[in-house]
Amino acid sequence: MRAPDSSIQFDENGHLKHFLTVNGLTRKSLVNILDTAESFINFGQREIKKVPLLRGKTLVNLFFEPSTRTRTTFEIAGKRLSADVINLNASRMSTTKGESILDTVRTLEAMHTDLFIVRDKASGAAHLIAAHLPDHIKVINAGDGRHSHPTQAMLDMFTIRQKKPDFSRLKVAIVGDILHSRVARSQIHALNILGVDEVRVIGPRTLIPTEIEKMGVTTTSDLIGGLEGIDVIIMLRIQHERMDGQLIPSEQEYFQRYGLTENKLQLANEDAIVMHPGPINRGLEIASSVADGSRSVILNQVTNGIAVRMSIMAKLMGGQEKRS
Amino acid sequence: MRTVIRNGQVIDPGNGINGIRNLYIHNREIIGIGSKPAGFTADREVNASGQYVLPGIIDLCVRLREPGEEHKATIQSETRAAASAGITRMVCTPDTFPIIDTPAMVHMVINRAQDLGYARVHPLGALTVGLQGQRLTDMAMLMDAGCVGVSNAQEIVKNTLVMRRAMQYASTYDLPVFLTPRDAWLQGNGVVHEGEVSTRLGLPAIPEAAETVGVARDLALIETSGARAHFDLISCGRSVTMIAEAQDRGLPVTSSVAIHQLLFSENDIGAFDTQYKVMPPLRTRQDKTDLIRGVAKGQIAAICSDHQPHGADSKLAPFSEAATGIAGIDTLLTLTMGLVRERKLDMETAVSALTVHPARILGTNAGHLGIGAQADLCLYDPQKNWQLDQHTMQSKGRNSPFYGVKLKGKVTRTMLSGKWVYQ
Repeated sequence: MRAPDSSIQFDENGHLKHFLTVNGLTRKSLVNILDTAESFINFGQREIKKVPLLRGKTLVNLFFEPSTRTRTTFEIAGKRLSADVINLNASRMSTTKGESILDTVRTLEAMHTDLFIVRDKASGAAHLIAAHLPDHIKVINAGDGRHSHPTQAMLDMFTIRQKKPDFSRLKVAIVGDILHSRVARSQIHALNILGVDEVRVIGPRTLIPTEIEKMGVTTTSDLIGGLEGIDVIIMLRIQHERMDGQLIPSEQEYFQRYGLTENKLQLANEDAIVMHPGPINRGLEIASSVADGSRSVILNQVTNGIAVRMSIMAKLMGGQEKRS
Repeated sequence: MRTVIRNGQVIDPGNGINGIRNLYIHNREIIGIGSKPAGFTADREVNASGQYVLPGIIDLCVRLREPGEEHKATIQSETRAAASAGITRMVCTPDTFPIIDTPAMVHMVINRAQDLGYARVHPLGALTVGLQGQRLTDMAMLMDAGCVGVSNAQEIVKNTLVMRRAMQYASTYDLPVFLTPRDAWLQGNGVVHEGEVSTRLGLPAIPEAAETVGVARDLALIETSGARAHFDLISCGRSVTMIAEAQDRGLPVTSSVAIHQLLFSENDIGAFDTQYKVMPPLRTRQDKTDLIRGVAKGQIAAICSDHQPHGADSKLAPFSEAATGIAGIDTLLTLTMGLVRERKLDMETAVSALTVHPARILGTNAGHLGIGAQADLCLYDPQKNWQLDQHTMQSKGRNSPFYGVKLKGKVTRTMLSGKWVYQ
C-alpha cells in the first residue's frame, strides 16, 4: 500500500501530479528526476539560459514562511523554463481569524495559476492546498513545518550522486536537530528509496524523535563513534529559536559534542563529503574550516538546486511518469 | 396514556434481561415487562419486532455550544440530534461562553433543555472560576442549581494545590469531580500522539506520559481528599491499569472513554486527515486494544461520544490549526453496536457502558427498564442501513470521520418520560 501522505501526489492514471513528499515515490522516479536534472546542470553557463518548456505557464511562489535561497532558486528555475514567475511573501494568521490559507490559494487560483510552489510553517499545508485545487493545477512543496522538503532532499541526492555514484555502498550520517527538520525526514526517505547501505541519525536524545527507526534509520547519540565508516555527513542547522535551554543546554556544549570539526571529520571515511542544507551556523554545528574545506559540497548543493527544481517542474508540467 | 411496545428484543443489563418481551408503559413510568400488568389496556401499541428495545442512552461528555457558540450548535439542535440517536440524557461540560460557573448559567441550560423536551441535560459546573485553575467556584450552589458534578473541562488545573483543595471542597458535598487527566507541560502545543505517526508527519506530539502523569497526580489527590472522581476520556492502556489498581484499592474512581478511541489509532490520521484530530489524541493500536479490553472487563465503566460539533470549515486548515473533536452523538450507539457485531464487546457490556453504568456514575436511578423506572428508552433496528450525510446528520456539527460513510443499525424511535420524542 502506498504511504498515506503520498497517494495524493498521483492522479488516477498513476502520473505524478504534485511533488509533496519523497515518501512513496519509486526509485525509478527519483533516478529519472536526477537524470533530467543532469541535462539542465550546465544550463547556467549557456549564453541563452532558457528553454521554452513552461512557456505561457504561470508559476506562483507562495511563501507563507520567509525564505531567500529556496524561493530564489525556484524563481530562477521557473524563469529558465520560460514560465511567468510571481513571488508572494504572504503572511497569514494561524487562527480562524483572517483569511484562511485555502482562501488565499483560491484567490490566486482564480488568476489562472498553473503551478504553486508552497512553503508554510504548518506540517501538511502543501497537502491541504493540493487536496483543494482543481486537477490541472500542480503543487510543489517547498517545505511544510517539520514534515517534508522534497526538492531539498532531491538536490542533496543529486549532489551526493555527483561525488558518489553508487548509492548501494553508501553509509550516510545525518547529524543534529532531526526532531524539527523537514529536510532530514525527506532525506531519509530519499536515501532509503535509492538503496543506501545505512542511514545513521546522530544527535542528543532531545533532538531525535521517537520511533524514527521505523523510517529506516539507525540512531546514536555519539558523534565520535557514529562517524566511523561514514561516506556522507549531512549537518543540520540548529535554529536559534530552539536554544531555550531545554533541548540543548548551551551552544558551547552542543558544538563540543555535535559540532563537526576537522578532527572529527578524520573519523569518517577519508573521502567522506560534508553537506549542509543552509543557512550555516558557523561555530555551532560546523566549524568554518570544515564548511569551507575541500570535503565540503555545500555550495554545490546550492548550484544544483536550480537544475533539480527545473527537473521537477518539467516532470510535473510536461513529462508523464507512470507509478509502478 | 398507556403504551405497549410489543415483540422487541429488550436488552436491559441493569435488570439482567435480554430477550423478546412486551414492555408496558403508563404515563411516565414502566409498569410491566413480559407479562401484562393486571387491568392494562393499551391506548397505543408499537410493534418492535426485529428491533432492540434499549434503555435511553446516557452520554457523559457532550458540548452543546450554547451559550456563546450558537453558530456551531444550539441546545435545540443537539438535544434533537440526541433524541434521534436514542440519547435521553447527557452531561455537558462547562466550557461555554460564558462559562458555567454560576447557578444562573446552570438554570439557563437546564431550563432551556427542559422547555425543548428532547433530552435531559445535566451540566457540569466549572471546578474553578472561569476554568482558570485558580479560585474555586461556588460548588455547593452549583450543585443545588442542578449540577451533577464539577469539571475543569479541557482546561488543565496546573496548580496541584488548587486541584487538591478543589477535590477536598467537592468531597465536602459528595459532589463528583470529572477529570481529564493531563500534564500541561508535557501536552504543550501537541496535536497528535508522540510516536511513529508524529515523527513521520512532523507534527507536534503529546507523549503518553502527558496522560499518565495526570492520572497519577489526580489519583494521589483523590486518595488523600476522599473525593468521588470520574476520569473522562482516557486514551492510554496504561491509564486503564492505573485506574483499575486504584479501584482495587477501594478508591471511589470510575472512568469513561470516547467511542472514537475504541475505533481508531494514530495510524488513521493518514495524510493529515483533520477529522481524526481529537484531544486526547488517538494513541497506538495497542492502546486501542487495551481500551476495548478495559471496557470488556468493566474497568472502564462508560463509553461516551465526546461530542464536539463544529462547522465544516473548521477542519479545512493545516492539521495543527484545525478544530479539535468529532461531532459524535449521531453515531454513538451505531458505532458501539458495531463493536458488538465485530465481537469486540458483548452485548451486555456494550449496552451497560451506554446506560446503567453512566447512570451509576451520575448517582441516578436511570439507564434501565425496571418496573417503576422512568420510561426513557429507544428502539434500535440493527439491520437498518444508512449513511451519515447532510440529510441524516441531526447535529449541527459537520465534523465526523464517518461523514459520507455507510453505517449499519439505527435508532427508529426514542421515548423520553413516556413520550415519543423521535420516530
